[in-house]
Amino acid sequence: MGSKIEAFALSYAGAVIRFRWAFILLTLMIAFAAGSGMPRLEFANNYRIFFSDENPDLVAFEEFQNIYTKNDNIMFVVQPKTKDLFSGDVAGAIEYITEEAWQIPFATRVDSVTNFQYSWAEGDDLTVDDLIRDGPSLSKQELAHKQQVAIVEPQLLGNMIARDVETTGINVTVQYPEKELTELPEAVAKARSIVAAAQEKYPDLHIALTGISMMNNAFMEAGMKDMQTLTPLMYLFLIIVMIFTLRSFSATIATLFVIAFSAITAMGAGGYMGIQLTPISMMAPTIVLTLAIADSVHILVSMIAGMREGQDKITALKESVRINFMAISITSLTTIIGFLTLNMLDTPPFHHLGNMTAVGIGAAWFYSLTFLPAVVSFLPIKVKPGSKKSGITKFLTAYADFVIAKQKPILIGSIAVAIVLIAMIPRIEINDQWVNYFDRSIQFRVDAEFGMDELTGVYLIEYSVESGESGGISNPAYLANLSKFTDWLRNQPEVEHVNSYTDIIKRLNKNMHGDDESWYRLPQERELAAQYLLLYEMSLPFGLDLNDRVNIDKSATRISATLGNYTTREMRDFIIRTKTWLEQNTPDAMHATATGPTAMFAYVSFRNIKGMLQGNAIAIVTIAFIIMLAMRSVGIGALSLIPNAVPILMTFGVWGLISGNIGMASATVSAVALGIVVDDSVHFLSKYLRARREKGMDKAEAVTYAFETVGLALVITTIILTFGFLVMSLSTFQINEQLGMMTAVTMVIALIMDFTLLPALLLIGHNKTKQKTQEKGAQKDDKTISQAA
Amino acid sequence: MTRQFPKLLSIVALTVLLAVPAFAETPEEKGFAIAARSDRSDRGFGDSTVDMKMVLHNAHGQETSRTLKTKTLEIPDEELGDKSVVVFDSPADISGTALLSHAHILDPDDQWLYLPALKRVKRISSVNKSGPFVGSEFAFEDFTALELGKYSYKYVKEEPCGDMNCDVIERTPKYEHSGYSKQMSWIDQKVHQVRKVEFYDRRGDLLKVLGLKDYQEYDGGIWRSHTFHMENKQTGKSTDLIYSNYKFKNGFDENDFEKGVLKRAR
Repeated sequence: MGSKIEAFALSYAGAVIRFRWAFILLTLMIAFAAGSGMPRLEFANNYRIFFSDENPDLVAFEEFQNIYTKNDNIMFVVQPKTKDLFSGDVAGAIEYITEEAWQIPFATRVDSVTNFQYSWAEGDDLTVDDLIRDGPSLSKQELAHKQQVAIVEPQLLGNMIARDVETTGINVTVQYPEKELTELPEAVAKARSIVAAAQEKYPDLHIALTGISMMNNAFMEAGMKDMQTLTPLMYLFLIIVMIFTLRSFSATIATLFVIAFSAITAMGAGGYMGIQLTPISMMAPTIVLTLAIADSVHILVSMIAGMREGQDKITALKESVRINFMAISITSLTTIIGFLTLNMLDTPPFHHLGNMTAVGIGAAWFYSLTFLPAVVSFLPIKVKPGSKKSGITKFLTAYADFVIAKQKPILIGSIAVAIVLIAMIPRIEINDQWVNYFDRSIQFRVDAEFGMDELTGVYLIEYSVESGESGGISNPAYLANLSKFTDWLRNQPEVEHVNSYTDIIKRLNKNMHGDDESWYRLPQERELAAQYLLLYEMSLPFGLDLNDRVNIDKSATRISATLGNYTTREMRDFIIRTKTWLEQNTPDAMHATATGPTAMFAYVSFRNIKGMLQGNAIAIVTIAFIIMLAMRSVGIGALSLIPNAVPILMTFGVWGLISGNIGMASATVSAVALGIVVDDSVHFLSKYLRARREKGMDKAEAVTYAFETVGLALVITTIILTFGFLVMSLSTFQINEQLGMMTAVTMVIALIMDFTLLPALLLIGHNKTKQKTQEKGAQKDDKTISQAA
Repeated sequence: MTRQFPKLLSIVALTVLLAVPAFAETPEEKGFAIAARSDRSDRGFGDSTVDMKMVLHNAHGQETSRTLKTKTLEIPDEELGDKSVVVFDSPADISGTALLSHAHILDPDDQWLYLPALKRVKRISSVNKSGPFVGSEFAFEDFTALELGKYSYKYVKEEPCGDMNCDVIERTPKYEHSGYSKQMSWIDQKVHQVRKVEFYDRRGDLLKVLGLKDYQEYDGGIWRSHTFHMENKQTGKSTDLIYSNYKFKNGFDENDFEKGVLKRAR
């Protein structure tokens, strides 16, 4: 079969060269047609894109958001340098920002300390008013009184006012029509201009912007920043690599076109697939560039080698296409399969990354076999004829001898190292704290950390606690349980603040009893509770609606617990602990499930890992099958799994040893790396088998032959790939950083394994005494080559 | 000729001066005139009682309803607001809860609330007229009948509304704590009733749209809409108010709108 394919490849190469202008025109048209999809690409700016429509956590949260007001928000975190919130000037500044914040597009409500609806009673007179109105005009005593009121109010303290009373928040609830992707950037731009204006007016304030909208915006900003920095860096690196490996300006230019076309085709196809870009899918061009270069370099390096041996350019080019066609096709196919299995994960941006990259790799294969030979056939490429046997080849021969001599220790040693590293995998802790997704070059990370340190957490766990009957939230038994739950939550170490309806009802009960502190408790009759609820409804300010806390049927209320900066494992522990408490202490109806973005991200990696395991199984079986078919050997196909799967496992071990923390990237590394690491072993094994079958070499001779022929190419491609993924690890986005770093580590380990474990495995059963026949084998080698020619 | 000229000039000048108010009415004046005609068509109803069913819808089709009764006393002075008592009938656990309010045009309203479970009347003062009225999409300030002095007006255009023609008037709230930057109202040219109102938030974005339907004429040329549909364009929620059983001239006086009446309002 192999020779038939090679014969086809040879005549195909002839056709490409003969009709080169037609091929160039055709490929240009295809590249432009695909590239025309690029303008359709837009940046996603909602964290929801990380969850598939079927994700049960998203489905649950959507249901929750159908009941209660959406909590998309922008939070101004304000800290005066004086650390004195309740001074006239600072109060005036907060009032100013509060007022201005209403101008933020799609804002439906602005809440701050100053416009907090403070209710107080004097006999039978109940007054509801903004807590602070015209702060600068208030006396010191008045402001001190306001502070006293604010710091005993459970809705404010630990939420809108820091427990040390040095920092405050102004929360803007935003309801996007969700018709255009420009809505969010408009709101964020306005919020930032308010910050700029406020800082000019009040230079003694430090103002940070956090909230869900700011996070959503950061996804977009991180992706754009990566695009601006990483893609040029990648091109620069690849140009340097090509200049060194190809030593030809024309060849470099031709390759540059191939990889650029491949990246454009990938992105354009993404546009036609209707993909919304995320920092994750933005990595597709970087990965495509890294992988696409391999195909072209293989063809050009072989051609240049042929020319060095004295062949003319056209002959060398045809010969190069002939001997590379099969290997390039198989490695492209296995890589495409690896990336396509990303579709098994739950998180759509990984599907986008996988599909765009798969298209890009397919495109690179296509352009390398069409555009590249067509262009190279008329470009001036000069090669000095000379000896092919370089120092590196000599070194590789010596290395092969070393491996053959030390086969057993190498086999045992590499297996031992692999086992030790794999044993480190359990040290890995899966963590998806979404603030940490961004590095500190992204303003959101800095601001969110400031907010968490100085004001309150950003990780909110939400519950919709059912009473089981219409209007049942006024049932005293329900309220008593809800109050117990609230108190229990407040005693949990992770919890910084709890927003509970029971606080509102207790305050109203106190207000309706002339502000007598002893009445700060739950009403004992259902009618009274229901009437307080009506009173509360009447006192709600503009833009605040009862459904923020209570469902329309008044059968359930919402409890929001703000957690501090904990890992998602700790958050999952908290969620489980809460569930258990509810089950043990409340009636069945009240057994609420945790929801909200924080709960969703806490489980996202697990949901992805489930898909990853399925995807990996499919990829491994398919790739093994392809290798078996291509190599026409079941044994070699099965053997190839070891040097391909083991490095990935070892990488996780290395990660467990040095970092220990990984997020969503954990589920992607294997899919991305598998298809790529396979390439090296495919090249090695195909040369090994060629030596065994065509040249009649024994195992040791074949291993030496494989090292001599592809050893250098493997090192070079590994360097390219490793660097490519290291560039990716410079991303501002943690998932990319981890994916890039881990894939780079996998590449290096895979190369080491291909140089140790793989030959050691191939040499099992080899009799060392046969070594001396090596020279004979080399003679045979020459014969076969002359026969083939 | 030359001696005639100043005389001619003065005639022309006089004509122009007279013509300005007659023909070149400013949009503000025209808007005010139309709004005033509409408001005054409502004048003289004296007092009224009506049953109301309030149906609240959220953006996802769930709904809940409550019923209440409203008594209103007209205060003839245009500078003063009307007085009203709202008594809740259902759901059962709020039955008998009553709210008395004395509306003020540019100052916070005076309100008294009676909670039967507490058996006490509480006076509530709040500057906030723009908050939602008992969980509905209506604010208290949308509710109180069109009080002429609450807004400044501007005539915008004329356009068809249903099978009639409407004047479109832009009105700007004068109350400093209003939640709105402006409202657009559609007033029909036939019986001068408000058919539709658009409410714009303080940012100037469309917030809510009110449609008034099922107008009926009562004795003395008093028109009343029986179906109010308020839709919040930003949240997708809506509220229907369905009125029935209007009764006018019940002989109420100010004594029926004092806080003492609340306890027996049911």
